[in-house]
Amino acid sequence: MHSMSPDQQYLRPVENLPQVPNETNPILAAKDVNKAYGPVTVLQGINVNFVAGEIHAIVGENGAGKSTLMKILSGIVEPSLGQVLYEGKPVETGNLRGMENLGIRLIHQELNLAEDLSVLENLFLGEEQTWGPFLDEARMRGKGREVLAKVGADVDLDAPIHDLRVSEKQLVEIAKAIAQRVTVLILDEPTASLTQRETERLFQIIESFAKDGVAILYVSHRLEEVKRLAHRITILRDGRLVTTQKAADLSPSEIVRLMVGRNLQDLFPKKISPEKQKIVLEVRNLSVPSHVKDASFTLGKGEILGFAGLIGAGRTELWEAILGLRKAAAGAIFKDGLRSQFTNYSDALQRLRAVYLSEDRKGKGLVVSFDAQTNYSLLGLKRFGSWFIDQRKERNAFREAIEQFQIKVTDRSMPVSRLSGGNQQKVLLAKILGLDPEIIVFDEPTRGIDVGTKVQIYHLIASMAAQGRACVVISSELLEIIGLCHRVIVMRSSRIVASLDGSAINEDEIMLYATGVKSPQSFSSP
Amino acid sequence: MKSAELVESTSHQQRGESHLRMIGKWARDAGPLIALLLLVILGLLLNPSFLSWNNLSNVLTRSAFIGIISVGGTFVIVTGQIDLSVGAMAAFIASLMIIVMNQFANAGWSLPLAVGVGMLIGLIVGLLSGLVNGLLATKGKIDSFIVTLGTMGIFRSLVIFVANGGTLTLNSNIREAYRPVFYESWLNIPIPVWVLALVSVVGAVVLAKTRFGRYCRAVGSNAEVAHYSAIRVNQIRVIAFVVQGFCVALATLLYVPRLGSASSSTGVLWELEAITAVVVGGTALRGGSGRVSGSILGALILTLIGNMLNLTNIISVYLNGAVQGIIILGAALLQRSSRTR
Repeated sequence: MHSMSPDQQYLRPVENLPQVPNETNPILAAKDVNKAYGPVTVLQGINVNFVAGEIHAIVGENGAGKSTLMKILSGIVEPSLGQVLYEGKPVETGNLRGMENLGIRLIHQELNLAEDLSVLENLFLGEEQTWGPFLDEARMRGKGREVLAKVGADVDLDAPIHDLRVSEKQLVEIAKAIAQRVTVLILDEPTASLTQRETERLFQIIESFAKDGVAILYVSHRLEEVKRLAHRITILRDGRLVTTQKAADLSPSEIVRLMVGRNLQDLFPKKISPEKQKIVLEVRNLSVPSHVKDASFTLGKGEILGFAGLIGAGRTELWEAILGLRKAAAGAIFKDGLRSQFTNYSDALQRLRAVYLSEDRKGKGLVVSFDAQTNYSLLGLKRFGSWFIDQRKERNAFREAIEQFQIKVTDRSMPVSRLSGGNQQKVLLAKILGLDPEIIVFDEPTRGIDVGTKVQIYHLIASMAAQGRACVVISSELLEIIGLCHRVIVMRSSRIVASLDGSAINEDEIMLYATGVKSPQSFSSP
Repeated sequence: MKSAELVESTSHQQRGESHLRMIGKWARDAGPLIALLLLVILGLLLNPSFLSWNNLSNVLTRSAFIGIISVGGTFVIVTGQIDLSVGAMAAFIASLMIIVMNQFANAGWSLPLAVGVGMLIGLIVGLLSGLVNGLLATKGKIDSFIVTLGTMGIFRSLVIFVANGGTLTLNSNIREAYRPVFYESWLNIPIPVWVLALVSVVGAVVLAKTRFGRYCRAVGSNAEVAHYSAIRVNQIRVIAFVVQGFCVALATLLYVPRLGSASSSTGVLWELEAITAVVVGGTALRGGSGRVSGSILGALILTLIGNMLNLTNIISVYLNGAVQGIIILGAALLQRSSRTR
């Protein structure tokens, strides 16, 4: 047997889970909580309680209402109906200050720190300790050092926040929360941008807080984490509470089924393996400074090639470099066997006939203030005229796209910011697929959209591959990778560490390579 | 909030919102025109000679400088940048033109040739100045505000240097030959007004109907999205500055024959007037949306106000700058309130 490494601890078997603390006296509870924005109901009849000393995971798909519930419990948002109880007594809802005084603290998904201020200034922002009209620097320093040590953050009190790594920022945020009294600590997707080691460190801190009697509410959609950490799990779907159960009583596949509301096999189209493979794209020894080291692989016609790995492993950067969206330091790209050289995306569009669906829909995919048609035609606008835009041709093409992608736009002049996430994603898909590409890179294609649209997108990807296009799926949702891809490349800290196919495409195998438990496969150079 | 966005609103609600937006859009589009009409009516009430052909053609001719510059300014601002150097650049181009034209005349060139080549050089200097601004802002990765603040200082002090602290004047024979460009009329309409009309029509068509125009709006709205839409973002930004340089040169070609001289006071505060015209015309100062027609209306509004202060005694002419300042603040406030709604 090997000695225990942190990564193996991470994957430790379910039987070792800690026991659930006594449930009889919940410290915090939601009672019949409803929340609606205008005519849109986002939470309905939520009843759940949280006990001191427990780690309670809240899971659900994007849009299930997790974040809204956390905001209600922490006083940021007021429920439309229902109550929040603290130690059995109703509290004034929508009162952030009041909740904070009770010791209820929310660590936001997007961290809420003032980037230009120092660690010390952030720790006591709004809670400054004063001596007469002056700041009591000495006392804050002492206290600051104490709380940083408690969360195990080795950072300089005077360092500005923007100099810290994301994981350090997270720890500072937690330290800030515990600088005051804390009884309930709510963490919203805290590991989204952490490495394996940093995640493990965070888990230890969370567990030590739980041992000290703090109730931990842990929002995540990463099942491995939830199984590893939580005493109890609450599952939300479409704004309703599906179930609250002991973590030990739920299997991962059951959690998924309850989260998405249908069986897994109904989610994905049948995998049809491509015929005898013709290689469309070959990448040799590609490197991107500080993101990708020496990546080589091939992509076949009609193939769906998955890219798995933890966030920050370099998957997005690799593909951005291939497509000329980012500078590569070294490497060669061959299209249909011929060397192809270019430095920008517009050349890549022409030479590789490759398009990229960005993971960041609003930041990189769509101009949210433009209407859907203008967004649709922005990529490859040249096909509607090199100088003047043929507006009739543009309109007709968009009309076809609306039908093909089943985009719901009631008012054509409406900015896309007013469309639902699913519809925005369809506009974005229409935008990149309108160019009739040979190679399509889908980066997190289903982030932030509802299950129905997800299934549509899975079928779309499968049909693109069936038409003979080469599809790449970069995704952090393992289910997606496993359910869709013919072959999976795993990346870990800037390198390709494995290429899996057939039955080797499973959650365990991918995670073992992604976390580095299994050492990299050796690749014979092509 | 996030989850609320994800769910579709009912079509009924969308329809109501779209009506509201239509009204808002209409008010934004028609706002500058209504303001102009109100000003004309006010001017008429204050002084009947206001609407005389003489005065109107005077106002239009004067607005040509700022109008033409503001067409270029619209492109720069729509791409999310700003050009503070236009006034100093105009003075710089004017100085060089006067120097070379005088040289050519002294060297015995025919006067029309000297004027023609001088004008050509003026245009080239304008294009190059715009190119320098654009390259510094993109390749140099300096904010355009800082870039043009710097080049503004450079242009301005070069003018003082070549004029030796005084005034550069066109030789009288050259001036005679060049004079018609500003003072002549065609079909009873002064040449500068024709140029203004031409520049605004071309500018409006380019911004609204061409690929380049759409790319300008995309870059100004969200440069990242533009980058991921295979748009050469830096190229678009540089071209916008070159367009601005060309427009400044064009305005200067019309301006030089008016006085026949250039000095340290030439083009002072033109940048303020041009930016004011663009913003009053409804172009978002943060970039992403704008109309050339609005900028022209803005330039007319500014010139009209100056003209009215001249013709009436209600507010001192010395307060012209203050009135312009109030107008730009008012326009910015209006833009903000229409955005937050």
